[in-house]
Amino acid sequence: MQMYKFTEDQEMLRKAVREFVEAEIAPHAQEWDEEDRCPVELFPKMGELGITGIFVPEQYGGAGLGYTERAIVLEEISRYSGGLGIAMMTHHMGAYVINTFGTAEQKQKYLPELAAGTKIGGLSVTEPAGGSDFMGQKSTGELKDGKWVLNGRKCFITNSHVASTDVWTVRTGTDDKGRPVLSTFIIEKGTPGHGPGRKENKLGLRGSVTGDIICSDVTLEPSQMLGKEGAGSKIAMGAIGELGRSGMAAICVGILRGCVEESVKFANERIVYGKPISKLQAIQLMIADNRVDYEAANLLLYSAMRLKDAAQPCTTEVSIAKYFASEAAARAAKRTMDLMGGYGVINEYPVGRFLRDALTSIPSGATSVIQQLIIAGDTLRG
Amino acid sequence: MALNIAVCIKPVPDPKNYDKVTIDPVSKTVVRAGIPTIINPVDKNAIEAALRLKEQFGGKVVIISMAPPDAADKLREALAMGADEAYLLSDRAFAGADTWATSYTLAVGLQKTGLDFDIVFCGAESADGATAQVSSQLGEWLRVPHLWNVFAFEALEEKKYHVKTKIENGYMEWEAAAPLVVAVSREINKPRYTSIMGVMKAKNKKLESWGVAELNPKRDKIGLLGSPTQPGDIFTPDLKRKSEKISGDPEEIVKTILEKLRAGGLALEGSNYTCEGGL
Repeated sequence: MQMYKFTEDQEMLRKAVREFVEAEIAPHAQEWDEEDRCPVELFPKMGELGITGIFVPEQYGGAGLGYTERAIVLEEISRYSGGLGIAMMTHHMGAYVINTFGTAEQKQKYLPELAAGTKIGGLSVTEPAGGSDFMGQKSTGELKDGKWVLNGRKCFITNSHVASTDVWTVRTGTDDKGRPVLSTFIIEKGTPGHGPGRKENKLGLRGSVTGDIICSDVTLEPSQMLGKEGAGSKIAMGAIGELGRSGMAAICVGILRGCVEESVKFANERIVYGKPISKLQAIQLMIADNRVDYEAANLLLYSAMRLKDAAQPCTTEVSIAKYFASEAAARAAKRTMDLMGGYGVINEYPVGRFLRDALTSIPSGATSVIQQLIIAGDTLRG
Repeated sequence: MALNIAVCIKPVPDPKNYDKVTIDPVSKTVVRAGIPTIINPVDKNAIEAALRLKEQFGGKVVIISMAPPDAADKLREALAMGADEAYLLSDRAFAGADTWATSYTLAVGLQKTGLDFDIVFCGAESADGATAQVSSQLGEWLRVPHLWNVFAFEALEEKKYHVKTKIENGYMEWEAAAPLVVAVSREINKPRYTSIMGVMKAKNKKLESWGVAELNPKRDKIGLLGSPTQPGDIFTPDLKRKSEKISGDPEEIVKTILEKLRAGGLALEGSNYTCEGGL
């Protein structure tokens, strides 16, 4: 299964990650979902394997690989736990912005531990006013006596309560045309005035922690600024746009593979009228639709990642992949529940979790409507 | 000083596909075509034991396997776990080998590497054939001591080891010195996961394939023709079940069941499975 062909190395990588996921993640995914607990204790183990530092350069202890490999890792994790998938996806974003925009000192200070999984990364952008009104954010950073003082509240932040390295965007001024100037800062866990607030009780992707983070007169040295003053927009959108959305697409491809595999397993094992229901054509149609949704999402995701790895523009392609994969995952999970009849709503089976995870993936990294607007805009421009 | 350590591995059908494994009624061999293979699970324990020994004393871990050409990815996987180089012994002339011919071929392969091996690790048995003979035969070909079913292995010195082997009703303790062959069981350790960094490093490690031309083995000791073992019969058992409904009052039903069990060959006489008298 899988029409998209990986290289030999990518296949080996996938096999290695799958072996780990099947042994260390699959048996606990349901428990993390029920307890809504992020298994932070697993991060150092995933660090040893190279998962946490998948595209952190080797000189900082990472695997130094590309976006395709990162998508493979997220797909494999999310085959069993979409919750851990989004926690890892966000950790990658936290490491990505430091690696891409950080100074040599910042990289040396933060990347080795993020790569090792001994520290967990976070990225705090969204505010109560809305994630898509990016430039309208209210959090502020003021320069007082040579130090930056940050105030504000971020919400719907993945890894809010577990991240040890938090990256914040705040408004640090206004330009000549009256537009907000956004800048980015690295905040270490335990910095006075910085800390988590409300923890959300999510429908799905449980096993990752989502909540508020508050900055109340958080005082930072100028060396904690990531990139130049005013680079906040570029940094945050760079991370969320292609990296965050492709990560969400990879998570949904993992959920889709789960739907295919679980529907096949159930259809072969469930005996009705003396034969497995897989012999029934009505069931076969559902299996076929699950497969098509999986293959299409998979092709869209990995084709977009091939562009990203080749440093080609791929914002629209990533939006197409994210839009299709998240909607397809939701309908495949619902379809798989239909296929399973009464068993589909029993939580002993993972398919109900797949549906909740897929639905929760739709607004993560911007809703389907936002993806449609991006796709339409690009298409209309020609 | 540094150790030269070899590990013999075998690709076996992936247990996830056991339901697809069949036996050719004519050749009496397992039909593996089209069935994905994995490294024999206990061979991974052997690799782990080798890697730990290398980490303790330094040296080199060499992987060797007699298998079809498509087994190269299993050797690459062993390299990704941390082994240093690998040799695939692959030739149509090796096909159909029994354990004697297999162990001979492996011994020739080890010799061909030109390394003086201090220790050769194997899995105690394969998940498919499960003969558990190759490691001991290999020790004999190499003229070195061999220990089988090793569940504990501790290096006292670089070339002196404290070893425990499982036996039917307990275990035996040994003090063993290199060179030797050690066949490990699953209990000895937990094999490490392959890391992504290991996968990337593996592609630059040495992996060679040797056939008859390179190894120049004695032709009467390889493959089917060099195999003295002739299986009497090997077949896929018929696992069909039949059901029968027995009616009557409970006592009659019990009587009928017992009669049928006796008729089926179950020896019930001499056993006293009564609950009379209570606990």
